[in-house]
Amino acid sequence: MEIVYLLVPLSLVLVFLIGAVFFWAVRRGQYDDLEGPAHRILMDDDRTGSG
Amino acid sequence: MDTVVLNAAASAAVPAQTECYHCGLLLPHDAHFVVAIDGVEHALCCAGCQAVARTIVEHGLTSYYRHRSALPSREETVPQTVRDLAAYAVPEVERALSRDAGGNAREAALMLEGITCAACVWLIEQRLQNMPGVLGVDINYATHRAQVRWDARRTRLAAILEAVMAIGYRAHPYDSARAEQARRSERDRALWRLFVAGFGMMQVMMYLVPVYLTDGEMSPDIEQLMRIASLILTLPVVLFSAAPFFAGAWRDARARHLGMDVPIALGIGTAFAASVVATVAGSGQVYFDSVTMFVFLLLAARFLEMTARTRAVITQEQLAQQAPAVAERFAEWPASDLAEMVSVSRLRVGDHVRVRPGAAVPADGMVVGGASEIDESLLTGESRPLPKRAGDDLTGGSLNVGNPLVMRVTRVGADTALAGILRLLDRAAGDKPRIARVADRVAQNFVLALLVIAAVVAVVWHQLDPSRALWVTVAVLVVSCPCALSLATPAALAAATGALHAHGVLITRGDALENLARATHFVFDKTGTLTTGAMQLIGVTPLAGNIRERTRAECLALAAALEAGSGHPLAHALIAAAPASVRHRCTECKHFAGSGVEAVVGNTRLRLGAPGFVAELCGQPLPRELATVAHDVTAVMLGDEQGWVALFTFTDPLRPHARTVVRQLAQLGKHVHLLSGDRPEIVRHIARELGIAAAHGGATPRDKLDYVRRLQLDGAIVAMVGDGVNDAAGLAAAQVSIAMGSGADIACSASDVILLSGRLDALLAAVRTARAALRVIRQNLAWAFAYNLVAIPLAACGYVTPLIAGAGMAASSMLVVANALRLLRRAPPRTTPVSATVTVAVN
Repeated sequence: MEIVYLLVPLSLVLVFLIGAVFFWAVRRGQYDDLEGPAHRILMDDDRTGSG
Repeated sequence: MDTVVLNAAASAAVPAQTECYHCGLLLPHDAHFVVAIDGVEHALCCAGCQAVARTIVEHGLTSYYRHRSALPSREETVPQTVRDLAAYAVPEVERALSRDAGGNAREAALMLEGITCAACVWLIEQRLQNMPGVLGVDINYATHRAQVRWDARRTRLAAILEAVMAIGYRAHPYDSARAEQARRSERDRALWRLFVAGFGMMQVMMYLVPVYLTDGEMSPDIEQLMRIASLILTLPVVLFSAAPFFAGAWRDARARHLGMDVPIALGIGTAFAASVVATVAGSGQVYFDSVTMFVFLLLAARFLEMTARTRAVITQEQLAQQAPAVAERFAEWPASDLAEMVSVSRLRVGDHVRVRPGAAVPADGMVVGGASEIDESLLTGESRPLPKRAGDDLTGGSLNVGNPLVMRVTRVGADTALAGILRLLDRAAGDKPRIARVADRVAQNFVLALLVIAAVVAVVWHQLDPSRALWVTVAVLVVSCPCALSLATPAALAAATGALHAHGVLITRGDALENLARATHFVFDKTGTLTTGAMQLIGVTPLAGNIRERTRAECLALAAALEAGSGHPLAHALIAAAPASVRHRCTECKHFAGSGVEAVVGNTRLRLGAPGFVAELCGQPLPRELATVAHDVTAVMLGDEQGWVALFTFTDPLRPHARTVVRQLAQLGKHVHLLSGDRPEIVRHIARELGIAAAHGGATPRDKLDYVRRLQLDGAIVAMVGDGVNDAAGLAAAQVSIAMGSGADIACSASDVILLSGRLDALLAAVRTARAALRVIRQNLAWAFAYNLVAIPLAACGYVTPLIAGAGMAASSMLVVANALRLLRRAPPRTTPVSATVTVAVN
């Protein structure tokens, strides 16, 4: 059971890490438009300008 | 002819095209507009679609047609002329609408109209990115907003807007972003608190569940490790997520007021502190899981309540945003039609302003040129656009959906109807209704009683079982939050007010909803309330003069010519009825106030107006026909120097829905009265037609006041419905006053409820919603009392752990808030008949 002494602190570190990543993602507006990018990937931009 | 041949060739491969390739409307038979895409010609319905489609093809953006999942909306296929955009090219305006983004770069937020599917977003983005000078485009599909950055040396804002318009969308700078910013940041903070509490709750559970499951078999070291881990995770929940509760409790304590935050803060604080002590001491129970879950569920209930409030005020915000920031002012109207862009705050009364199609009217005013349709739905709830032409009033903030208009500004700034509405809404928001004050007072007493009970429980349990005393006390504090009292009543009132605003009913006082729901007597005014107040022509009788008898059309044409410049309601009716083909020009036009008008048409001198006034000119006794006119109509005569020409009869027609409203109010058990200053025989006639038993005519304002007072002495709760101007005294005396509002009068109205749409049936919606709101509040209060009656004794007896207490209390708050939210669903569907037909055509 000694592994618990490692895993519990590790999980704590992970929790705060994930929290920080999520905070960053929201701040950067990653969740602002959930629908647009899904459609955007279907459009082939390279045809642009070729007519 | 080429076109036809090509179309025939194309139809061999594809089924015959009957709809426009671009917009999907049915093709007119004589249409000959085409666009070639990848070598195949497609037929289009109009020049507008052709221009848009060709622009798309020219810029190599044809994948739009392959990927789109919805057809473009109808209006935007009409391309705006490039000249329209010159307005935005003025450097001063461009600076006002965009901000510096470093170096020569500028940035602006654009509102895009006409986006129907994701392909539209792609199309606009591609078009703009290919423009020289555009540094970056970022379009949000969800909000239809775009952030555009450009190099000020290489391109202009106007050019960007033009490019968007050329491919069939409407773009305009979005300058009310700041107003929304505050609401968004409040919501973001609330979400963050909720997220941290939820995340903390789940992790704490993960550490503590093994402790419960192993039931003491866990080695003390590991158990202590779990406790410390939970403590670390609970820390941000208590310090960050629960901060509003502590702040609220501190505020209450300083104001010597017992709010609902006090027991919550006490519960959280005690439980957390005791658990920390137990962890440090290494003995005793810890309840970090209860603390985190309690905070999370409470925040969730609060968030729900906040959403309700936001949705209720959203119409108000839309209203505030409706007022445009810039206007197009004519420098020297009517000498030249040169217009300059100025900020709306610089408009003055008397200025002439152009209102473009799709633009909002910048201030209150009058149409002086052009004819168009105006959408006032945000102001009045009326979804149908109203026709406006020269001489008609315009309300600032309404939307021009037809043709360009020229208007003269009559009111600006704080004097406008829009500003008046916003002021009234603010007043309503600041005015705490009686029912909410009662709920507050009850909640305060409740908290006091709760604290006393908690103290008693603590003392008693200390005697019985000191080890459990603390946690039983915490459970009592937590389980019995008075949220149903303090949260749910304001939420219900806000939701009802918001729903009514969508019906075009403005609630301007907090008590209005409650009084409206309880009203027993509805006293109606006649003119302008049950009737439209606009005269309608019902009869034209040509009279045999000395020379000859004219036809009805001739009589009308003459009358219309005489009234051409008049703003009188009778004049509107006459002009509307006159044949458009004949236009007489009159000279020497003279108006006699209160009697009529005299003018020369051709070489005949004519008079139009009251019988006595016209008789002076024609020198003949009043004709027999006048005696046959019924008592409830208004008669107007036309005569020349030789004799009588015609008799016109007018009536004031009933408002649509007047009958339904009276009948349904009676069905709801309300007494309906009719009280008017008009002639008794007219009032009796109207009352008979509507089925109102209690009708009184010839009433002076003093009589109206006495009448309302007499009803109130008999214990009636009186709702007075008037036009807000003629019956101010009666309106003020009634418990709830309801005014038919339109444009100008709104700003100065003192009524509790204003029917902005001018539709009587909105009154029914108001009464029904008010009753529903009262019902919901009663349900919530009943639930709160029943819940506490069961929960507090159980907790005091030690049957409830802090964990269950937190869950029970939060579930109870959630229930009452959700119940209040049901009121929001009472808003009417906002589909216009116009868009309905478009949908049919597209399908």
